[in-house]
Amino acid sequence: MTVAIDVALEREGVGGLETEEMTLNMGPQHPSTHGVLRFVVKADGEVMRRAIPDIGYLHRSIEKISEKVGYHGFMPYTDRVDYVSAMQCNQGWAMACEALAGITVPRRGEYCRVIACELGRIASHLISVGATGMDIGAMTPFTHCIREREKINDLLEELCGARLTFNYMRIGGCAWDLPPGFAARALDFINRFEPLIDELNELLSFNKIFVERMANVAVISAEKAIAYNLVGPNLRGSGVRYDVRRDVPYSVYSEFQFDVPIGTGEKGTLGDSWDRYMVRCREMKECCRIVRQAIEGLPAGPVIAKVPRTFKPPRGEVYVRVEGSRGDMGWYVVSDGSAFPYRTHIRTGSYTAMSIVEELSPGLMIADLVAVIASFDIVAPEVDR
Amino acid sequence: MIAGSGGSGGGAGASRAMDVQQIFERLGQLCGGALLDAAPGDGEWPRLNVVPTRVAEVARVLRDDPALGFDCLANLTGVDLKSEDSIEVCYHLFSYRHRHQLMLAARASRGDPLLPTFTDLWPAADWLERECFDLLGVRFIGHPDLRRLLMPEDWVGHPLRKDFIEPEEYHGISTRRESLLKL
Amino acid sequence: MSLINTVPETVLTTKIDDLLNWTRKSSVWYMLFGLACCAIEMMQTGGPRSDLDRFGAVPRATPRVSDLIIVSGTLTLKMALRTKLLYEQMPDPKYAISMGSCSNCGGLFQLAYSVCDGVDKVIPVDVYVPGCPPRPEALTEGLLKLQDRIQQERWLVRKGDAAQAVA
Repeated sequence: MTVAIDVALEREGVGGLETEEMTLNMGPQHPSTHGVLRFVVKADGEVMRRAIPDIGYLHRSIEKISEKVGYHGFMPYTDRVDYVSAMQCNQGWAMACEALAGITVPRRGEYCRVIACELGRIASHLISVGATGMDIGAMTPFTHCIREREKINDLLEELCGARLTFNYMRIGGCAWDLPPGFAARALDFINRFEPLIDELNELLSFNKIFVERMANVAVISAEKAIAYNLVGPNLRGSGVRYDVRRDVPYSVYSEFQFDVPIGTGEKGTLGDSWDRYMVRCREMKECCRIVRQAIEGLPAGPVIAKVPRTFKPPRGEVYVRVEGSRGDMGWYVVSDGSAFPYRTHIRTGSYTAMSIVEELSPGLMIADLVAVIASFDIVAPEVDR
Repeated sequence: MIAGSGGSGGGAGASRAMDVQQIFERLGQLCGGALLDAAPGDGEWPRLNVVPTRVAEVARVLRDDPALGFDCLANLTGVDLKSEDSIEVCYHLFSYRHRHQLMLAARASRGDPLLPTFTDLWPAADWLERECFDLLGVRFIGHPDLRRLLMPEDWVGHPLRKDFIEPEEYHGISTRRESLLKL
Repeated sequence: MSLINTVPETVLTTKIDDLLNWTRKSSVWYMLFGLACCAIEMMQTGGPRSDLDRFGAVPRATPRVSDLIIVSGTLTLKMALRTKLLYEQMPDPKYAISMGSCSNCGGLFQLAYSVCDGVDKVIPVDVYVPGCPPRPEALTEGLLKLQDRIQQERWLVRKGDAAQAVA
C-alpha cells in the first residue's frame, strides 16, 4: 500500500526524534524473479525515500555483436534480447531487415509468425503473472502458470526445436512450416487454456490479499506514462488504448478481430500496479482469440520468400516497431550496403519501465518495490541488452 | 487530454495526424533557420536534419506547438560515422495525441561530441542520453546526472565507437579465451 | 562369522563416510543465481514437471545457507566480481554448477566486449551443463552428477591424508 507520509513529519517522529536514513542494497543477485537488477534504496524505516536503479549487470553488447555477425547470423542473438518472449524479437529483426531490403513475406509465413508470436505472448504473460504472485508471496499460482507454460513450450518446441530461444523466424518468413497436426494441438491447448485464465483470476487476481498489495500502489497517470515513454501493458494500464498491433498494423494483424484491454481502476486508482497486472491477464484471452482466428484462416503456400544467402540490403535506415510482450519494441537499423549492419539499436519496453522506478519510489514501502517491478514485468536482458 | 485514452478507434481520434509535408511547413514557420534540409525525407519515420546547436529549440517547438504535439520521445540513439568524423544522434519522436511521427537527426563532431539535453522536455530522455553517453561518448549539455549506465563506472572507452578496442583484462579477469579446439 | 547374517533385515550396514555423504547429497540447497536465459529454464526445472525438489534440492535466496551455486546464464564482467563475492560467502563444503554455454565458455557472447568468457575464470566449477539453454532434464542430470561426486567424497581420514582426500 502507498504510505503517503510527509517526509518532514516523519523525520520529526512522534516524540520529536529524528530517524536516520539508511541505505540498503537490493540485488544484483536476483532480488525478485526478474533477473539481475540492482537498486540502491534510501529508506527511512520501511518507507523509501528513493530507490535508485543500477543496471548493466546483464549488458551483453548485443548491439555491437550485430555489427560483427551479419544479418542472418544475428537472428539467434535477437532471441536473447528478451528470452521470455523471443518470438517477437525474432519478428522485429526480421521485419527491420525486410523493410531495408523491400522483401515481402508470403502470407502463410505471416500467419505462422502470428501464431508463434501470440503463443509466445501467452507464455510470457504466464511467467509475468506467476512471478507477480511469487514476488508478493503467493507461491502456488506460479506453479500453475509454469504448468501451462510447459505446454506452450512443448508446442513451440514442435515448431522449431527449442523451448526458450526459438530462432524460428528468418529474413523473409519462417524457418519451417507448421508440423503435421500442430494446428489441432494448438487449438486443443487454447480451448483448454482459456477457462483456466478465469480460474487463475479467482485464485490470484481477485484475491483480497493480492488486491491489497497491488491496488493503489505506484499510480502512474496517462500523461506521465507517455512522458516516460512507457509502452505496452504498462502504458495501457494507465488507460491509454494504444497497441502497435492495432494502431500501426504490421504483419497480418489487421485481419484479426481483437480488443485492446486497458486499465480500469476498478480495484483502486487508474494506473496502479493492479491495473498493469490485470491488463496482462486480459491480454491472454485476446491472444487466444488471435491464435484461433489465425489457425482457422491459415492460407496455403510457402512460408518463406527467396532471400539470397549473402544478404546485402541497400544503404538506408529503418525504425521498425513490433508489439512485444513488454510493449512496443523499436528496432533501429542502419545499413551501409555491406553484409553487416552498420548500427543496430533496440529500444525495449523494460528499459523505459525501469527508468520510471526512481520517480515512483518516494513514499513507497520497501516491500512494494518488488510489487512495482513485478507489475512492470521487467526482464533484465531487455533493460541491458 | 490524451486522444488515445478511452477512445476505441485506431489512428487519429479527435485530432488529425499531419503528414510530413505539413509538419515540415509548420516547423519552417516556427524555427526556419534550424532545419538543414529543403525537404523532409520519406519513409515511415521521415528524417529531419537539424542544426546541432538548435536541436533543443526545435524539439521544444515540436512538443509544445498544439498542432505538432509530439508528447513522446520514443527513442534516442547515436551512430558513429567514423568516415565523416562525426557522431549522429537520432531522436524518434511520436505523438500519441495526433498519431504522427518524425525522426530528428543532429550531428556532433567525433572528437568532442556535444549536444543539448532533452531531459527537461521528456523525462524519458534521461536514461536514453546516459546510455548514449556511456556507449558512444556523446556529452549532453545540461543533463543532471550524466554517468555511465550500462558499463561499470571504472570502464575506459566507449564500446559502440567503431575504433573501440576491447581491453585485455578487467579487474584481473582476462577477457580472452583460447579456442577449446586447440586443447 | 559374517556380520550380515547376525543382524535383522531392518538394519543396514554402511561406512560413516557413505552415510554422511548420503545425507549431504540428499539436501543440496542451491542458491538462486539466475543470470539470463538459463534462469527461466532453472525456474522451470524447479517447477511442477521437472520438480528438482524430489532430489532434495530446494532454492535458497541467500548464499549463507546454500551448498550449491547454479550459475545460470551469461556472466558479464560487471557481474563477475559480484559472483566471486557471493561464492565466498557460501559455507564449505560448497559446489558450483555452470549451466549453459555462456557460463561454460562465453558461448554465443564470446564476441562481446562486456562478457566474462566462462565462470571458471572467477570461481571453481564442479559440473558443466552444456546447452543454450540446457533443458530442465539436462540440469537435473547435472545435479545427479554432482550428487555422485558428493557421494564419493571421503571425510574420515587420518590427518596426514586429509589434504590428499580433499584433492
